[in-house]
Amino acid sequence: MSDGGGPARGSRAEALWGYAFIAPTGLGLAIFYLWPVLQTAYFSFTEWGPFGGHTWTGLANYTRLLGDPEVGRAVLNTLTYTALGLLGIPVAIVFAALLNRPGLRGVSLYRTAFFLPVVTMPVAVAMLWRWLYNGDYGLINQVLAVVGIDGPNWIADPATALYALVVVGIWSSVGYNLIIFLAGMQAIPKELYEAASMDGAGRVRQFFRITLPMVSPTAFFVSIVSVIGSLQLFDLVFVMTGSGKAARANPAYTRLQTVVQLFYERAFVTNDRGYAAAVVIALLVLIAVLTVLQFRLQRRWVHYV
Amino acid sequence: MSERRPLGVHAVLAVSSLLMVAPFAWQIVTSLKTLSSATAVPPTFLPEGRWDNYAKVFDLLPFGEQFLNTVVMSAGRVAGQVLFCSMAAYAFARLRFPGRNLLFGLFLSVLMVPPQLFVIPQYQIMSTLGWLNSLQAIIVPGLFSAFGVFLLRQFFLALPREIEEAARLDGAGPWRIYWSIMLPLARPGLVALAVLTLLWAWNDLFWPLVVNTDPERMTLSAGLAALQGQYQTDYPVLMAGSLIASLPVIAVFVFLQRQFIQGIAHTGTKG
Repeated sequence: MSDGGGPARGSRAEALWGYAFIAPTGLGLAIFYLWPVLQTAYFSFTEWGPFGGHTWTGLANYTRLLGDPEVGRAVLNTLTYTALGLLGIPVAIVFAALLNRPGLRGVSLYRTAFFLPVVTMPVAVAMLWRWLYNGDYGLINQVLAVVGIDGPNWIADPATALYALVVVGIWSSVGYNLIIFLAGMQAIPKELYEAASMDGAGRVRQFFRITLPMVSPTAFFVSIVSVIGSLQLFDLVFVMTGSGKAARANPAYTRLQTVVQLFYERAFVTNDRGYAAAVVIALLVLIAVLTVLQFRLQRRWVHYV
Repeated sequence: MSERRPLGVHAVLAVSSLLMVAPFAWQIVTSLKTLSSATAVPPTFLPEGRWDNYAKVFDLLPFGEQFLNTVVMSAGRVAGQVLFCSMAAYAFARLRFPGRNLLFGLFLSVLMVPPQLFVIPQYQIMSTLGWLNSLQAIIVPGLFSAFGVFLLRQFFLALPREIEEAARLDGAGPWRIYWSIMLPLARPGLVALAVLTLLWAWNDLFWPLVVNTDPERMTLSAGLAALQGQYQTDYPVLMAGSLIASLPVIAVFVFLQRQFIQGIAHTGTKG
């Protein structure tokens, strides 16, 4: 009898313990994360008065959003930044492959150099690059002047601003991706390389025939993560351009403004929170579409063993 | 393997490593110059020992307060996440209870949503509680992490069950098993979560910028961004400020390099 009741009571106690263990994080996520998502979705259908309070306006924010040239520009800038940022992936793969060479010395030193920008505060990174990019006194233009090139005012010139930003983005993320690729490469069975070298394949051939296909699932993961990250670009642009009037004084501002920066301004500078909510819902849709698209395309280039 | 020495590989890696760290070197050099020598054409490459730029950062900003705010915020988030995430992760990995998979799915769904979607309602919660411009505001939402639960669950799942079974037969309850057996075994996972949380908390900009607008309550990230807005062109001071703000995490990274790297590698391979 006691045997019959034991396990049942035991598993009930186990269940209670289970709920107790997940309660802190569960409640925290519900209050600060899950419920807010629903609220933001609701807010996107409302308009906010100057003193708080909001009224239901149906699809008004979304129709406004579709005709808003500022949104159009921000989306275009963000998409361009995201697409160009993907160039960082082959860079990371090549350096990971170089570091993965068996018996190479000094790997941890090189790895540290690449990883340093990853652990540096993005605000500091942005300030540092703003200085490097300075049109008159920046190191980059001073070096270019030595070879007789008159460099532009990189982040204040509409023709160069976005590309200058991409360079900083790649510089600060290549170390992160490199670590992930290195872990992926170290998991490739050594026998594959041994067999290939028996067959007389050189290092370059081995890279294209073995390393590249074997890390393609890792590359897929990295590309998903970096697209999602790039679409949320904020810190770099915020520090490089600032916000509000001062930012608009930068002639390249329209080439730099991103979706999240627009969200920040609408939500916390002009306090137009209903519209801001619609902007981030649009961002969510953009992220979802691009992620699904990548999953669709993966069959064409990702090799699973 | 009998290989010829990989000189070419070293050359490529050395040059690119130098390119990676050159901006930092220039940051240090600039931070030790006067404004006029920083803007000299052609540039000078030697630092000049102008340590007063560093003192100036403390004059222009409540830097001491901001530093302390950042330390407390980061420590609070790390402690909260390591405790709460490991509890939830242990339950999801080992305990059986109705709705477990559904709840885990719900936790994971938070990971799929860009964080900007949480901000407006979170801000309203803080405002309702009267928490704007407070340490609670920058700590509390950061105590909970779906990512941490996911990461640690992987660690718990990989641990052998035998030790737990033995403890259970000895009459240990779930809390004791979690606290005195599982936590010590999952230490590498806890350290990985701790260093990643520290990195993200220390460098976080958006949320602290939004909730704490009083300079005394700002974090370093937000404070520096504000400094940049006001002293746009005093580059030596800006470089000094950005250097001391990012140095603590860089120092932790240098000491705990292996744990950082493993943490990052885990987010990739187990994702």
